[in-house]
Amino acid sequence: MPDIPPIPDVQAPAPPTARFEGPVVKADSLSVRYGKNRALNDVTAVFPPGAVGLLGPNGAGKSTLLKSLLGFLVPEKGSMKVLDLDVATAPLEIRERIGYMPESDSHIPGMNAVSFVAYCAQLSGLPAIDAMQRAHEVLYYVGLGEARYRNLETYSTGMKQRIKLAQAIVHDPDLLFLDEPTNGMDPKGRDEMLELIRDLAHNKNVNLILSSHLLPDVEYTCDHVVVMDKGTVATYGPIAALKGTTGRVYELRIKGDEARFIEVLKAAGYEVHDSDEDVMRVFVPGATDDSAKVLFALAAREKVQVRHLRPSIPTLEDVFARAVGEA
Amino acid sequence: MPIHDQGYRRYLGTRAAIGKAWQVMARAGVMSVVTKRIFIGMMLWAWAPFVVRAVQIYVSQTFTQASFLAPKGETFREFLDQQGLFVFFMTIYVGAGLIANDRRANALQLYLSKPMTSAEYVAGKLAILFLFLVSVTFLPAMMLLVTQAVFAGDLTFIRNNLYLVPAITLYSVVLVLLASTTMLALSSMSKSARFVAVMYAGLFFFTLALFNTLRGITGSTKFAWLAPTAALQQLGDSIFRLTPRYQLSPALAGLAVIVLIAGSIWILLRRVRGVEIVT
Repeated sequence: MPDIPPIPDVQAPAPPTARFEGPVVKADSLSVRYGKNRALNDVTAVFPPGAVGLLGPNGAGKSTLLKSLLGFLVPEKGSMKVLDLDVATAPLEIRERIGYMPESDSHIPGMNAVSFVAYCAQLSGLPAIDAMQRAHEVLYYVGLGEARYRNLETYSTGMKQRIKLAQAIVHDPDLLFLDEPTNGMDPKGRDEMLELIRDLAHNKNVNLILSSHLLPDVEYTCDHVVVMDKGTVATYGPIAALKGTTGRVYELRIKGDEARFIEVLKAAGYEVHDSDEDVMRVFVPGATDDSAKVLFALAAREKVQVRHLRPSIPTLEDVFARAVGEA
Repeated sequence: MPIHDQGYRRYLGTRAAIGKAWQVMARAGVMSVVTKRIFIGMMLWAWAPFVVRAVQIYVSQTFTQASFLAPKGETFREFLDQQGLFVFFMTIYVGAGLIANDRRANALQLYLSKPMTSAEYVAGKLAILFLFLVSVTFLPAMMLLVTQAVFAGDLTFIRNNLYLVPAITLYSVVLVLLASTTMLALSSMSKSARFVAVMYAGLFFFTLALFNTLRGITGSTKFAWLAPTAALQQLGDSIFRLTPRYQLSPALAGLAVIVLIAGSIWILLRRVRGVEIVT
């Protein structure tokens, strides 16, 4: 009896190792203009593999950076590399290996979810049968399994976000660009979306760049962050390292002339960020364990009463605030 | 175990080479149209003249009393002129929403985030319209030629009018290209398929009205180049070796058609972008 060769399994479990070693994105002196407005100004950044958050307020240039990396925008100057391929010379090879989840509501009209996702897979080069199989799997993965035969135009905002994620991952990209993936989602849907993103990055080893202005989203899903502000990179690095900078954050509430005391703290080289309910967050650079004593001493000197002083766990919010210079 | 733990797996199968996405687009576009009842009705209606002409050929070949109905070279030109009506309706029905609907649904950024260029996207959309328009022009005209040979029982007519094969092909291609590129260019300029349909009809009728007004005022048909349909008719007469109907050089008519096609492609390549820049 002749040996029957085994049918090759084109689908395999996610590998334990990363798909791409080395920086997934490199931008060098990148400047992009929209007419007279400069959206990106001399941006130089390196995005390591894994999950990287692209953080910044609205209008910081996050989406512009992603669109430039996709080759949608031609930079005024500078160069970009994605997965070690030059965006200027190999945009199609790059797009074959990436998935893009746009910020705005996007779909292909007149299709149901499974046709849409399978169609996107075919556009990325998958054969029709594989595309259909993966479309079903991916729709289950993003939580749309039961709604996969519904027309996309009947989907809610949250479902549209999920379908955008499904079309971005159906062809198994090496790198994902997620532009504000939790926009318009209810709290439960948002949590589920973040869980999916975290799972993709940490269990499925998909490299991803998550653009968001929501700090908790980035903090929950990403290991690294690139903070952008006004078209430039304000800071970047591993979140843990950025949060654990040589310094300590204190929550402080005082009784007395608060404005004057803030000025005193700033004059002493501390960063002060106002927060709710008269509590200020004071960042003491290079602080040691007795840095609280310094705050007490300053308060005593300025004759203000310390009503509340508590060491705080540094958050990404502190990193962000420091990076974009919010006071 | 959450359901998503079961769902996402790596894909290790084959992938098509870059540059074939337009075929996927064309196939999907065609399939989305052919299943619609309106389209099937329109197609049947568009093939009715073929049936009538086929009967005419059959009668002329079967009954000597009806030999005056026998086709001539002009018959095919007239047939394609008649099909212009169906080209108009088919272009509007199939073409108006081809890009406009994608723009309305922000689908361009999805398409262009896949391994395809904007030229490939345009090619995919063009292929859809091109295929349907060819099926109501070139295909029935060639079928008519074959029908003539079948009913006549010999190839004498075709042999004597051999120019008809390239003439039908060339005229159909020019007609279809003009209609499809113009419609796609208009479709790329709006997010509403209805508005595009109105713009296309407006362009069609307004240019014709303009030409006829100038014709009435000046008594000359030199301005036929102003109306794409008139320029196309003039070009068609030359292609089919007929006396041109307007006082316009066929070369100028051809130039007007080429300029319109080239202009439409230029608009398309400018409008089809992954990001819309408003400055």
